[in-house]
Amino acid sequence: MPTNSNANIVLSVKNIVTQFNTVDGKVHAVNGVSFDVRQGELLGVVGESGCGKSVTMMSLVKLLPMPPGEISEGSAIFEGQDLIQTSINDLQKIRGSEIGFIFQDPMTSLNPVLTIGYQLIEPLRLHKNLSKSAARTRAIELLELVGIPMASSRLGDYPHQFSGGMRQRVMIAMALSCDPKLLIADEPTTALDVTMQAQILDLVRSLRNELGMAIIWVTHDLGVVANLADRVMVMYSGFIVERADVTKLYSKPKHPYTYALLKTLPDMEGDRSHRLESIEGQPPDQLKPTTSCPFAPRCEYAFDRCTHENPQLELIAENHEVACWWDMERHSPRPSTSSI
Amino acid sequence: MVQYIIRRLLSAIPTLLIISFVIFAILDLAPGDPTGNLPMTVPPEVREKIRLSLGLGEPMHIRYYKWLVQFFVNEPLNIIEHSFGIVIGDGENRTRILSWATRSPVIDLIVERTPQTLWVVGLSYLFGILMAIPIGIIQAYRQYSLFDQIGTFVAMIGFSVPTFFTGVVAIIIFSVQLKWFPMIYDTTLEVNSWNNFVLQVKQMIMPVTVLAFYQASQLSRFMRASILDNLNLDYVRTARAKGRKENAVLMIHVLRNSLIPVVTLIALGIPSIFGGAIITEQIFRVNGLGQLLIIAIQGADIPTVQTLTFLFAVLIVIFNLIADVLYGMLDPRIRYD
Ligand SMILES: Nc1ncnc2c1ncn2[C@@H]1O[C@H](COP(=O)(O)OP(=O)(O)O)[C@@H](O)[C@H]1O
Ligand SMILES: [Mg+2]
Repeated sequence: MPTNSNANIVLSVKNIVTQFNTVDGKVHAVNGVSFDVRQGELLGVVGESGCGKSVTMMSLVKLLPMPPGEISEGSAIFEGQDLIQTSINDLQKIRGSEIGFIFQDPMTSLNPVLTIGYQLIEPLRLHKNLSKSAARTRAIELLELVGIPMASSRLGDYPHQFSGGMRQRVMIAMALSCDPKLLIADEPTTALDVTMQAQILDLVRSLRNELGMAIIWVTHDLGVVANLADRVMVMYSGFIVERADVTKLYSKPKHPYTYALLKTLPDMEGDRSHRLESIEGQPPDQLKPTTSCPFAPRCEYAFDRCTHENPQLELIAENHEVACWWDMERHSPRPSTSSI
Repeated sequence: MVQYIIRRLLSAIPTLLIISFVIFAILDLAPGDPTGNLPMTVPPEVREKIRLSLGLGEPMHIRYYKWLVQFFVNEPLNIIEHSFGIVIGDGENRTRILSWATRSPVIDLIVERTPQTLWVVGLSYLFGILMAIPIGIIQAYRQYSLFDQIGTFVAMIGFSVPTFFTGVVAIIIFSVQLKWFPMIYDTTLEVNSWNNFVLQVKQMIMPVTVLAFYQASQLSRFMRASILDNLNLDYVRTARAKGRKENAVLMIHVLRNSLIPVVTLIALGIPSIFGGAIITEQIFRVNGLGQLLIIAIQGADIPTVQTLTFLFAVLIVIFNLIADVLYGMLDPRIRYD
């Protein structure tokens, strides 16, 4: 995969800030997130649940409840057009046609009272102006593409007649129906069991090679994107804390949070006795804007500076960016946490 | 599906038999004397004779058995004979359920009074539904808007103030003060000219409006809540992510799902058209089924009360079944086997 910078950028996101105005106050869900997605690339987005992955993605096409949601800053250039400045009316022409979506729970993401066929044909009729029969033919093709056997006989079935894995395949078929340039997959395998998960990952890998669209793959599981992504960005509390090529991120994680996330993975060598670790502590309260590093309270390397200055994402090696004071001061001797 | 319906109907038979017996037993135990309304000058021996002539001399189980035969055999046969103009068996000597008060067949009384009830109460139910569904949809769609808040406020008044109050207030304002509408519903009015049609509409406006307002208040709340429940579900986000416009999301995706419980509720509520009419019919003097029941109760006209009450029970059972069938038709996840 070509990952040289600036080449064929499909989506360029700059400094997205999204908040929710709730009765308790402003929830700072996304705090200035910037990233690019290139043609044919699979960008993994990783972070604990609640760190703002979904809100970031949904902000791009304004699939947020607004109010209470509010995108107060930022731009997202897609095909020369800033999605953030685009009206909902025009976004509706982009959703489902230029940008496809897959969501987390296949059991609830399909409409229970409409047939699979209807739901598949819907975007085709909407964006491609296909006749009913042409759309039907295409729907069958799509179902075959995602590996649903006897596709033509299943168009009249309802979602409850499909298993979870099959429904997620239908969701993928739906998302790909109009040949989108970008596919946003928000935790598409989280609700599936391990076997299903592996099957869906295989399917996405082969579809990507076949169709060549850019993919943003959101997950809270670093293990899932390890064999799938070209680049990975790690989010924490509405910030991007590290971004790198997938091999670099896994072999040389720079941010203590990434490091901690990697430690929570089951042992890659299959050592079953290895205890699954989880990160201690809770993510910070997002009702207050932070002035410190958001991870500092949970960080075993935190020192003075971390508690009153929030580090920015900086390039520290080729295709490797990190937002951490400790790492950036790596040339000076490591501050001793025990001497404080 | 057909099998399911047949099975449900068959299983309803013992239920209905038990209900009919319970009604019969309760009415039999209840104090009340069919001769109670006669003048005091009528001597006790005559009263006793009247009682005997009404069949009260026989033990209860015999009377119950007679009523059963009359209701389930004689009356249906009678209806068939009348509607097809044929004679089955000994049509002349077949006994029918007779009202103690008027000595005329109860079924005839019911047939006579059903149109008024259907026109006034049925129409108000229909109007109530037709108002409630769009109002509930708009309220949910524009949650917390001025429209929603006014709707919520009005609906709250609508279902917390009983119809016997709103009805009387309406009569005082529109009949007594403004004299726009007649105070008493005239059933003898025949709609055969434009003028009479206007009169008919005029006399229906108040009872229909009062009842429709009450029905719409309740139903619009259900509709609103049901839409709101659905708007937060994942499939709605999927529909939006496909590029569906908001109105299509609402009318194509959300509406069908939210109508499932509402339609069920509407079907279950239809029998209450007849029951719920009792009070409204009294207030507006509509001589429908509700009024018939009240008069029968006051006059201790047991056969009429028994038959009417039992018919209500039958309606409830039937509309329960209809609600279940509708539910299955609207929700593909329901299977009848
Ligand atoms: N509708 C909402 N109202 C208020 N807060 C919200 C809403 N949706 C999301 N949030 C908050 O935004 C933050 C990020 O959520 P999300 O992006 O869904 O996390 P995840 O990384 O698990 O996808 C969370 O703190 C969540 O509580
Ligand atoms: Mg999420």
